[in-house]
Amino acid sequence: MSLALDLFSYVAIGAGAFFFLAGTVGLLRFPDTLTRLHALTKADNLGLGLVVLGLLPHVAGVLPALKLIAIWLLVLLSGADASQLIARAARRREPPA
Amino acid sequence: MMPDAFYVVPALLILALGVYTTVARDTFAATVGFIAYGLLLTVAWVQLQGVDIALTEAAIGGGLTGLLLVRASAKLRPTEGAARAERPGRPTRLLAAIMSGAVAAALALAVLALPDPAPTLAPEAIANIGPLGVGNPITAVLLAYRAMDTLLEAIVLLFVLIGVWSLAPDRAWGGRPGPRYNADPDGILAFIARVLPPIGIIVGVYIFWVGADAPGGKFQGATIIAAMWLLVMMAGLADAPPISRRLVRVLLVAGPVVFIAIGCAGVATAGAFLAYPDGWAKPLILVIEFALMPSLALTLGLIMAGAPERTEAP
Repeated sequence: MSLALDLFSYVAIGAGAFFFLAGTVGLLRFPDTLTRLHALTKADNLGLGLVVLGLLPHVAGVLPALKLIAIWLLVLLSGADASQLIARAARRREPPA
Repeated sequence: MMPDAFYVVPALLILALGVYTTVARDTFAATVGFIAYGLLLTVAWVQLQGVDIALTEAAIGGGLTGLLLVRASAKLRPTEGAARAERPGRPTRLLAAIMSGAVAAALALAVLALPDPAPTLAPEAIANIGPLGVGNPITAVLLAYRAMDTLLEAIVLLFVLIGVWSLAPDRAWGGRPGPRYNADPDGILAFIARVLPPIGIIVGVYIFWVGADAPGGKFQGATIIAAMWLLVMMAGLADAPPISRRLVRVLLVAGPVVFIAIGCAGVATAGAFLAYPDGWAKPLILVIEFALMPSLALTLGLIMAGAPERTEAP
């Protein structure tokens, strides 16, 4: 049982790390602000979500697990918000062609 | 080998960001570098198991100081070109390089010359914690062994606020700090300024409350609450109070006044300034924490809001 849980954790955290890597590559390689933001949200949302999912079987008790999930939800909320604000500032500076 | 990489990689990143922040010519780029530097430093403190310091670094070092610098760099933007055109002469730059290099070298030498194992008061701090009734040794240090330092810190913050206020032009004295923010009332900023503060206030109070027995405390909690207040102000949902309002002034000094009063009472009841009589340590520490927390949140929020810029609308 614990082997299966460990395996699950490895796979989930590995997938999360992959999304962080992909998001970083996108941030560095994509041509303009809006597409770069798009790449970044993948790292935040999916990457962190998968890492949290992978950590869940290893926390002691329900409360720490809920805290981890709350952290993910808060990052989702603030990440989505900050990208909206950055996107708006970028649109104002360079109107779409 | 594995734990080594765990420590070495963040250390290298911190060094690289430190160099980047120093050499960046653009003020805003340097500010962004500094904020990222603060967040990485937080990770380093967590790795060293200094969670109390990590929380403070994240809240005050990265967060509040970062915001202060962002605002300063926005104000400096119009003069940025002129400042860059003014290049100091070679002797000045050489002297600056030598002096900062000497300071860095002296610091490095001092750290390398520390005795190993480092001298520590930790066993004594733990041994005497029983009568205080608090579980977190950091809190015991801050509010019992070295309460004087904490009192002075709270008062220094008040001095900082007076310093910020003294930048106000004469006509705006006593008025409201900072610009009036007019964000889109249906926009995303107004949305998050409505959704986030209830959560943020609970997190701030929680971090304040667990400070007695776990990492946390009034400074970190107050910073989070001040940040929520700033968010509401920047979204245009509430205006900053005029600094001449009596209630604001009373709340600002209430925390330090309670602290000083309890300290003076210690002279009569326990024989020394800031000493607690037997069995009263925990309740008195709680009273001080409860009194300081709102004062700190208000002080930090007003420091961030800036100097008064607008006269009170009639």
